[in-house]
This record gives sequence, structure tokens and C-alpha cells, in this order.
Amino acid sequence: MIFKNIALNIRRNFYEGIKCEEIDCERTKAVRELEYRQASAAHGGLLFMHNVPGIAYGDQVIVTDHRNHKRNGQVVQISGELVTIQVIEGTDDLDLERTWVRFLQKPFQVSLSTDVLGRIFNGIGKPRDDRPPIVSSLKRNVNGSAVNPAARAYPKEFIQTGIAAIDGLNSLVRGQKLPVFSGSGLPHNRLLAQIVRQAKLLGEESNFAIVFAAMGISYSDALFFQNNFESNGVLGNVVMFINQADDPTLERLILPRTALTVAEYLAFDEDRHVLVILTDMTNYAEALREISTEKGDVPARKGYPGYLYSDLASIYERAGRIKNRHGSITMMPVVSMPSDDITHPIPDLTGYITEGQIVLSRELHSKGIYPPINISPSLSRLMKDGVGKNDTRDDHIRVANQLFAAYAKAQEVRNLASIIGADELSEEDNHFLSFARDFETNYINQDEEQERSIFETLNIAWELLSILPASVLSRVSEADLARYHHWEGQPRDS
Amino acid sequence: MDGNLTQINGPLVRAELTEACIGEQVRIGKLNLMGEVIGREGNIALIQVYEDTESLILGEKVEALGHPLSVELGPGLLGQIFDGVQRPLLDLVQISGDYIPRGVNIPALNHDKKWLFEASQNLEMDSIVSGGMSLGTVKETELVTHQILIPPNCSGTLIWLAESGSYTLNDPVARIKNEQDTEELLYLSHRWPVRTPRPFNRRADAIAPLITGQRIFDTFFPLLKGGKAAIPGPFGAGKTMIQQQIARWSDADIVIYVGCGERGNELVDVLESFPQLIDPRSKRSLMERTILVANTSNMPVVAREASIYVGVTMAEYYRDQGLDVVMVADSTSRWAEALREVAGRLGQMPVEEGYPAYLASRLAAFYERSGRVHILGHEKNNSDPSGKDPARNDQGSVTLIGAVSPPGGDFSEPVTGHTKEIVQTFWALSKELADARHYPSVSWTESFSEYVSVTADWWLENVHPDWLQLRTEALSLLSQAQELMRIVNLVGPEALSSEQRWVLEAADLIKEGVLQQSALDEVDSYASPEKQFLLLQMMLIIYHQGESLITLGMSVQALKELPLLITAKRCKSTYSSEQTENLKQFIIQIKSDFQKYRLEYTQEFL
Repeated sequence: MIFKNIALNIRRNFYEGIKCEEIDCERTKAVRELEYRQASAAHGGLLFMHNVPGIAYGDQVIVTDHRNHKRNGQVVQISGELVTIQVIEGTDDLDLERTWVRFLQKPFQVSLSTDVLGRIFNGIGKPRDDRPPIVSSLKRNVNGSAVNPAARAYPKEFIQTGIAAIDGLNSLVRGQKLPVFSGSGLPHNRLLAQIVRQAKLLGEESNFAIVFAAMGISYSDALFFQNNFESNGVLGNVVMFINQADDPTLERLILPRTALTVAEYLAFDEDRHVLVILTDMTNYAEALREISTEKGDVPARKGYPGYLYSDLASIYERAGRIKNRHGSITMMPVVSMPSDDITHPIPDLTGYITEGQIVLSRELHSKGIYPPINISPSLSRLMKDGVGKNDTRDDHIRVANQLFAAYAKAQEVRNLASIIGADELSEEDNHFLSFARDFETNYINQDEEQERSIFETLNIAWELLSILPASVLSRVSEADLARYHHWEGQPRDS
Repeated sequence: MDGNLTQINGPLVRAELTEACIGEQVRIGKLNLMGEVIGREGNIALIQVYEDTESLILGEKVEALGHPLSVELGPGLLGQIFDGVQRPLLDLVQISGDYIPRGVNIPALNHDKKWLFEASQNLEMDSIVSGGMSLGTVKETELVTHQILIPPNCSGTLIWLAESGSYTLNDPVARIKNEQDTEELLYLSHRWPVRTPRPFNRRADAIAPLITGQRIFDTFFPLLKGGKAAIPGPFGAGKTMIQQQIARWSDADIVIYVGCGERGNELVDVLESFPQLIDPRSKRSLMERTILVANTSNMPVVAREASIYVGVTMAEYYRDQGLDVVMVADSTSRWAEALREVAGRLGQMPVEEGYPAYLASRLAAFYERSGRVHILGHEKNNSDPSGKDPARNDQGSVTLIGAVSPPGGDFSEPVTGHTKEIVQTFWALSKELADARHYPSVSWTESFSEYVSVTADWWLENVHPDWLQLRTEALSLLSQAQELMRIVNLVGPEALSSEQRWVLEAADLIKEGVLQQSALDEVDSYASPEKQFLLLQMMLIIYHQGESLITLGMSVQALKELPLLITAKRCKSTYSSEQTENLKQFIIQIKSDFQKYRLEYTQEFL
């Protein structure tokens, strides 16, 4: 037992400056902060202390190493006399003898004011842009608390992103959480940047803000977004929280929570419509696996802890709308699927929490199609109430269903054609083949700068459906067909 | 009894607490958090906490309350939305705002509201009464007459019964003297521990199907009132939509919807849409027969484990009033994960994918709380004809429908696997069908129902004697088509004979015209058994008529181009359940049309 040989901790008290004093510890106002020395063990980002009374679960701590550098930590377990501290900057280069641990006796908090807009912070809300820290009397616990489901308002305001594959088939609504499932080398960053540029509500100028939370991304990706915000002139409405690939891993665990606390403040105190971008949640989950393995938690799938679902949910579920409040939080997390495997625990559990997903496809990407959105597995669960007669156009949902069905049928035909050869196909099957080709190149594919209105998107859809005879279009109504369908009887050559 | 906190590890804490029973409720610390004792080691009690344990300090006081987790049962449950430990969420908004606070303890039911109590005419003073007997009724909503039950574990001599009139839950309505000669007051509500199934007289045979208005269920894979069903499916397969459809349309008296670890916005959808939905039979708001239990995925994990039991206990309570109750649990996988999380923190040996070894037995015990039963307190009235209680049925049922969310859509994972062994109706959702937007995406090859023969009797009596035959024929056509598709995918459609290609077309007719059903289409959303039968009959008539034309030598292509095919596919959303006459007309027209084609065709050859 490595912990047994440590008998005593040395403690110093903080009033102003540093004084060492031996007094009895009570969690009282007189003794606000206590500092201890002699940890009993340190490894893998965890620091273990003995004999520290009055410590609360979840408290923030400051760890001062022998070079007098300060690190942040959090109490993650208390068992008898043993307190386990998760050190965000890691335990490298710590010794047990000369390390001082100060317990702040409060949970992790973030200062909130509208001054955060236009700023760049790290995972625990410290400035990264060489400007002074935020000073505010309003501080909130980064963990937030769960919104009462009875207080939520149902999201149903259609957001036009100008991207046909999203607006037409997987519509985004205000207050939704819609992740982008991507893979390495796929253009999810460009897609998100385009959404940030173009997203708007039909017929409304609004008070918006963007909270950008980056976990473990490369310097160039961070710079890409920063430049993008700058060139669009939205930088004054953006708050960035950045943890780069070479920054401490454990900071990624607290970063999304800090960012979302700020987002909640902007949305529900300041009435802004906030778009939160979390990239990349896979890095977050890997950090969680790292620390849970170190703590000795029983692993569930692929080494991830059994509470991965609850943990991810505590982040994703902070999106939404609340009754009688004017702001909203719309969330678009990026989840890169390890080895493009959608059944991997991270995308899998994410899909069970979020309201749909946008799945990028390597196959479309290599065909040169941008955005390479694979529409078959993509889904927006909140679409049904955000589109239609009063929001977009009456035929929207039926057209979307028809496109999905026709594309699925076309995929079957493609498989068939690859086996028996295209010459053997029936006339109807050939219609489907040309539909699928045109659908990919004219509907899904669009320019990075191109902004399609929803009406343009629907009109393109009808042009494509006109490649097919009315007899195979059972998802749209007779009235739709009469109004929009103009079949000429022959497959067009594209 | 008090003790001190000795360990904090997420939602699991330990405290020195002697004499605490396993299952006993505790209150922890200054924050007054709710918890439950789940184990004892010497004088240390293991406690799972229903609320977030942040800021708890070692040495804080833990108080044992002396009773297990229980729910309050009485008028006022319907139309409510509760959290996983039966706190009313709408009242919580009033008290503490938009976020859920910790340590708040408010009663589940409104104790100020006055209910109009109609005292039972069947009870005589100084007669012996026992648990389950009805003291009288309260009109809880326009749809539901609530029987005020004597608690199951209570019996004695009735000394006093209140007169009909207005009472709150705090006013006694009866007094009995029990066998120990002590007097006991009875109120409109009572409490019952959630982990103990409520007793009943004896089990009864489930005989009537639960009509959900969904063709794939009622016609192909029926479920009985009192049965148990599972809906496994990967994310995006439309599980939630299906469950909401069942909650909306099923012909049960009470629907309890337990959102266990699911999305907040989905519950809001239910909350906002149900009050506006109209019950097809009574034309009243659906909320009048619905109870929601909501533990969204970001709410504490331990309360998620409890929420399922809270839901099923309320279901049993309404069953004991002689009603048919459907409880939908979405999703049992989240519940199993909550078990796993606690087991993991306890350091219990994981068996499959980290789940504890007791997963299968816990699942089985939960599903076993379903069933159709002869209720308590009724048989005595029956033996005495003067005391017969015609106001309520002598049987009630609880139907359990559990959604399962298999990771990666893999049905061989432990929760799906164990559930499959327990349930009698299995509605397997398929990712392929969902991707092709074939909704409801219930696979007709993987799903099963063990209730078909029982339901056949019901269809025979109530709809049409041919039901069983048509169902069998349709399923065999679908499986033939699947075989043929395999051949097509290998060697192309040219290899098939005309008859075989017509089978493929017929399968398409059944898929599009019968199996696919749009929840968003007002007309198609609900189909009465008669409409279901007529649609299926129509498709099979087309198939047979077409088959006979093919034997005459007509080409499949010519048949495919008949306009009546697409009209037939659209019938489901053209004619509502009330317009079955039009459907019958159309079937007659189909027959005469085919007759015409046959004549034309034979004449061409003459």
C-alpha cells in the first residue's frame, strides 16, 4: 500500500500572502483557503493526498510545484482519509515533497460578462490572447445544472444554412443539437465554417453569438476558424475556447463545460441565439478514457468507462430552448469516427443523445463532391416540426421523404448494375441511375461560397424528381405532382 | 438514525450507518440529498444518491428515514410529469425555476386540491374489508373514474366511511379497525414501495389484442393487453416515434410513458403535443389518460434506475382499479447502463460488456410485473351478490413495452439478448429500412409475436375470419420476395420468370401500401383494424388477379403500368378509418377492372 507510509501533511493558511500556521481546520469563513504539502502519490494526472479534512467533492484546487508554477485540479474522489485530485495540466514533473496543494473550497467556476465576446480562452476560462482576465461578480459553476424538462420549449424555428443537403433533407432548427460525424481528412471544418457564415432564420435579423470550443485540435485548424470568423466580420460575436493538440489532455474534460456555461449565460441571460461548435468530441472522450483508466474504473466498451453516455449527455443536453427566455443554444459538435466506424462507442452514444446527425462520406469526398454529406444515414429528428406550410413550403417534408426513398432505391440499382452491368437494367432502373448521378452532382454538391435559399433547394429537388416517372413517386401527393412535376418521359443526359 | 459520510465516489457514497436496511431511504448532508441504501458492509452503508453529489463533504450527517423508496398513489397522477423519483416537474418549475435544484422535497400530488368523492354504495358499516376493495370513486379526468382503493396490505372492520363530497388528499375518508384492534385512517391516496410488486388475486389469461392502429403491429406482430414487448433498434431507426404512436393511439385506458435517460427535447415534444392530441375514441385530450415520467439523459443516473420502477408501480395501481394500462419505457438500455455504472463504481465483477451478472434477472423481474390479473378485493364482492361492484372490471392489465438501444445496432449485445428471451413480442427495427425511409422501420423477418393464435380468435370475432390466412400469405409473399431479390442481386432480373417478377411487385405493394405508415400524415397515422384488414385484402386481391392475367400471358410490365396500382398504394392516406365503405367500393372496382382487362386481353388474342 503506497499510501500508508505518509503520516502527516503540512498545511499552510492563506489570508493575504502566504503564512504557515497550524490550526484546526473547519470549513469556516475565517479559514477560506488551505494549503497542504506532502501528497502521498502522483501518477497519470492524478494526485493523492492523505489527511485533509473538510474537503468537498468536486472542489477546485491549485497545485504549486517545486518551480512555483501553478496547476489547476479538481477533487474527483474522497475515500476515508484519501483524497484524489485530478490535475488538469498533468502530473509530469511533480514531486511529492515540494508540491503544495491549495484547496479553494469551491467548485470550478467561470466569470461571466458580455466582455467574453471577441475573446480567446483556454479550457478553464483563462485568457489565451494576452489580454486581461474577465472580472465579474457573476460566477457560475461550470457543471451547470440540468434543465427541468417541463421548463424547456420545443425547438421548431427553421434555420436556413444555405446548404441543400442540410436544409432540404436534414433541416436544422434553433435549439437543436446536430452533430457532424466525420473522419480524418474530411472537410468538416469547411462545412462548419460555411454554416457559421450562412446560417440565418427566414425573415429575421437576430442577436446572435458563436461559442467555439476546440478540444485537442491542431494549431492550423484553430487558425482556420479564427481567420474565418475574422474575414466574416463576426469576431466580435465569437467566444473561443481553445485547447490544442499539445495542450494538457485533461483540460479537454472541463473545456466544453466552461464553454457551455458561457453559452448558457449568453443565451438565457443576454437573450442571444448562440451557436455552439464543439470540435472534436472524440478527443474529449479519449481524455475521459485516459483518466478513468487511471482511476481504475471498470471499462465498458473499447476501454471507455460505463458512464460515457451520462457524461456525454451532460454536455449535449445543455443545448435547447427554455420557455419565456428569448435566447437559444444550438449545438453542432464534430465527432470524428475512428476508422470511419459509425458503431464506435463515441459516435454511437452521441447519436443516441443528439437529435440526429450529419454523416460525411469518404466515397463522396473522393468523387469531388462538397459537402460530402451521405444522406442515407443522416437524419434530423426535429425537422418534422420546423418545416412545412408555415415555416418553409408545404411540400418540404414529402419532397424530402421522396428524395430519401428514391436515392435509396437508386443505390440498390447501382449495386445491381455493378453486378450484372448497366446494359441489363430496365428503363425504369436507368431513370434511377441518372437520378442518383444528378442528385449527387447537382443537389448535394454545391460551392463553398454558394448560399441556396430553401426555395431554390426545393426547386432543384423537383427538377431531379422530374427525371423519374410519377408512378414511382408515391411519397409525394397528387397535388404536388400536378404542381411541380414535369416528366418528359426520357432520362436526361447530364 | 444518523451517521457520517465516509466516502464519496460520484453518485455512490458510503456512510457509517448502523441498523439501516437495504433499500432504505436516506437524506444526506446540509444539501439534503436523497439516496437509497444498496448494501451494508459491517457498520458501513453503501448509498446510491439520486442527485449530484458535488460539494458533499466527508463527515456530513446522513439520516436514515426508515422507509424504502415509495410513490404516492391517488387522484391527480394523470396529466402529470414526474422525475425519476416522482417529484412533479411542473411544480418544481414554479418553486425553483428552470433548472432542477438539489435537495428539494415536494409531494408528488397536490394536497390542496379538492376532489369530488363518491362513496361506494356496496360497503356496509362493520363489515370486514380488505386490501384492494374500493371505498368509492373520484372522477379524476373526463376519461378516467378513479377507484379509491384500500391499500393492499390493509384489512379490518370498516367503522366509518365519509359521505360523498369534496375532500383533499389530507382529509380522511374512512376508518377501519384492524385485527390488532387499532384504528387506522384511510385517505384518498396511499404510498407503495416501488421495488415491491403490488399484489393481485391471481393471474388471468391475456385474451384481447392491444390495438395500436399501426398495421405492422396489429396485423403482423400483435401484442396482447397484459403482454410484454421489446422494440430494439439502432439510433435513427424511429424508435421514439413508434413509442409515441403507441402512446397516442393504443386502446388502453391509461398510458404511462417513461423517458428513461432520453433526450430532453423529445420529452418536450410529448409534453407539448399530447395535450393537443385527441383520443380517437373519447374525443378528449390524450393527457387526460397519460402520465409521464421523465429522467432525461443529463439528470442523475441513479434516479434513472429508479424511474422504471416508479412508472411500473403507478401502472400496477391503475391496473388494480380494473383498467388496462400500457407502460412504455424508453429506453431500458439506459436503465441497464445505470445499473452498470453503479455496479462499476461498487467494483462488482463485470460479465458481459461491463454489465453486472444480475442484469438478466433484474430485467426478467421487471418485465414480469406486466400481465393480466384478477384484481384484489373484487372476488369477495362477487361471492356476495348484494355487494357486487359493477362499476369496475374484475380484471386489469399492465402491458409493458420496452425500447432497447443496442450499441451499434448489434442485437447480440447483452441487453437485447436477455430481453429477447423474456418478451413475447419482438419488434425489431432495421437500420436499412430506416435509411430508405421505410417507416415504421420494423423488420418483418426478425420480428416475432407469440400471440398470433390468440389474436386470430379476436379478429375472427370482430373483423373478418380470413385474417390469419391473409397474414400468413402476406408474410410468405414477403419472404419469397426476399429470396428472389437475392437471385436478382446475383444474376439480374432477367433470370426471373414473369410469375416471380410479379411476386416482387406484390411484395412492393404490401410494403408501400400496408407496412409503411406515416405518423405525420393525419389520415394514415391511425388505421382501425377494419381498415388494416381491407388494405391487406386489397393488395392480395391485386396480386391474385394479376397472377391469373400473367398465366393468360400478360406481361409484368403491362401490369405494372396499371394506374390502379399506385392508387391502391395511396389508399392508406386517402381513406380514413371511418371511410371503410370507400375502401370496399374500391376493392369491388379493382375486381371489375381486372375483369375488364381480362376480357380486353383475351379479345386481343381472338
